[in-house]
Amino acid sequence: MLTLKKISKTFNAGTVNEKKALNKVSLELADGDFATIVGSNGAGKSTLFNAITGLFYVDEGQIFLAGEDITYRKEHVRSKVIGHLFQDPLKGTAPHMTIEENMALAYLRASTASHAYFSRISGKEKQMFREQLSLLNMGLEDRMKQPVGLLSGGQRQALTLLMATMVTPRILLLDEHTAALDPSTAEKVLELTRRIVAERRITCLMVTHNMHQALELGNRTLMMDGGSIVFDVQGEERSRLTIDDLLKQFQDNAGKQLDNDRILLSR
Amino acid sequence: MGSIFTLSIVQSALELGCIYSLVALALFISFSILNIADLSTDGCFTLGCSVGAVVTISGHPFLAFPAAMAAGVCSGYVTAFLQTKMGVPSILAGIIVNTGLYTVNIAVMDFSSNVNLFGCDTIFGMAKEVSDASWYGDWYKIAIVAAIVLIIGVILAWFLNTRLGLSIRATGDNEYMVKASSINPVFTITVGLCVANSLTALSGAILAQYQKSCDINLGTGMVTIALASLIIGETLIGKGGMFKRVTGVILGSCLYRFIVAVALRMSVPAECLKLVSALIVAFAIAFPYLKGKASFYRSRRMAVVDDGEEGEDRC
Repeated sequence: MLTLKKISKTFNAGTVNEKKALNKVSLELADGDFATIVGSNGAGKSTLFNAITGLFYVDEGQIFLAGEDITYRKEHVRSKVIGHLFQDPLKGTAPHMTIEENMALAYLRASTASHAYFSRISGKEKQMFREQLSLLNMGLEDRMKQPVGLLSGGQRQALTLLMATMVTPRILLLDEHTAALDPSTAEKVLELTRRIVAERRITCLMVTHNMHQALELGNRTLMMDGGSIVFDVQGEERSRLTIDDLLKQFQDNAGKQLDNDRILLSR
Repeated sequence: MGSIFTLSIVQSALELGCIYSLVALALFISFSILNIADLSTDGCFTLGCSVGAVVTISGHPFLAFPAAMAAGVCSGYVTAFLQTKMGVPSILAGIIVNTGLYTVNIAVMDFSSNVNLFGCDTIFGMAKEVSDASWYGDWYKIAIVAAIVLIIGVILAWFLNTRLGLSIRATGDNEYMVKASSINPVFTITVGLCVANSLTALSGAILAQYQKSCDINLGTGMVTIALASLIIGETLIGKGGMFKRVTGVILGSCLYRFIVAVALRMSVPAECLKLVSALIVAFAIAFPYLKGKASFYRSRRMAVVDDGEEGEDRC
């Protein structure tokens, strides 16, 4: 589904602040793969996601999605088939617009006809939005006319997830999307993620700082350090892996101790 | 107080309020919705006025409006092009276009600083001949401008609820979300600014026929006046659906004209009006901040009384 061929990205090239954020990263994700990514701060996890979504173009290498070369495709064109959730729940929704309007925007992806520009939200669509919202069990289906700014962080993130998957994306990128939520809400959003991804067999990449999640969720675990993927495990080998093994792997591969409190604390 | 509002003052406040409300609606799109301070408003207003005047003089009073709007669209497109394709910061893009428009406007008026429309057919002149009734003579101007504003207001509110309108609103509300929703912000900003500037220019063209003249300095300070109307309207009506907000902006514009009329009646010299508008805008924008500050000082004082010495430490 997703193929990265030796992509590199250097920020501030030629200055003292030069930072090689991605260093010849290659990755092959099969259809329906759900891979978790761990790594310390600055390992290049978010940069990898931003390269895939097209926030910037990579310096070298190629990106293929479902067989198409999207390396130099514009961000808004890619986002038709890529779902992206940020750590900050405020980033995924427009606060001054109603729940219904936000969902209508997400649903724009479905319509490719140009005449759709001047169409309004139809009653049929409203009904569909309502049904989808009711699946969240958050009572949002009765608040569709309220601005999203009134919702809690967890509710907003759940809504964002719903919006990102409303039209099934080719790939879903989750950038620590539960990290800013309180534990019980995080669990709820995670459960929702698990359900939606499994039901529709969405190919998914998920950054997490939680080692337990990294091994528990999905079918594959990647570890990044210094702009490279240093460890890639799946199948039976992965099922035998414990959190301590994973930490040791990190030490072996990166050649240093984990410098990230959040990873150590979330064991 | 009754003497402050004579009938003619009410009439002219409503007429001007309706005409200028189109500029306020333009800023509603660019400032409130797209979150862009479009400083080309002054020049664009004069552009609409001069194009409207010239087309009217050539004998096409109705064509004057679409012509002015088309000119406004061009002006908005240039502003949008500079900021989306050329990397010019949005405020600077507006200022640059505003400066350039001065020459364009002079050129439109055949390199004179003003033109007058006396003896030309205007929509106001034509409407006046429809009836001889005395009440009609008093109210026909208001009827025309109110009808235009009503039509524009309904179309605008409808437009902002279409998918394209939603995309434009989202562009100013959350740029991350917009890009993640397959919306092209370059396109939405361009459309938004084109629509906004077409309204500004339309307002100018109506004013040209209304006062039967056009002057190169007519637009000076227009952005401040429109901002004052917009902020008065938004403070008055508050948040809500698009129809409600558009109505608020139009009411705000009329209310602003009443404030100006009152100021004039209280013998504020006409030359000082721009200062009055500047003060109104400064106060209206500062008001929410000052309100927050005031409540902070109030709670600070309360804290000292309630908690004794501990309360002071907290400050």
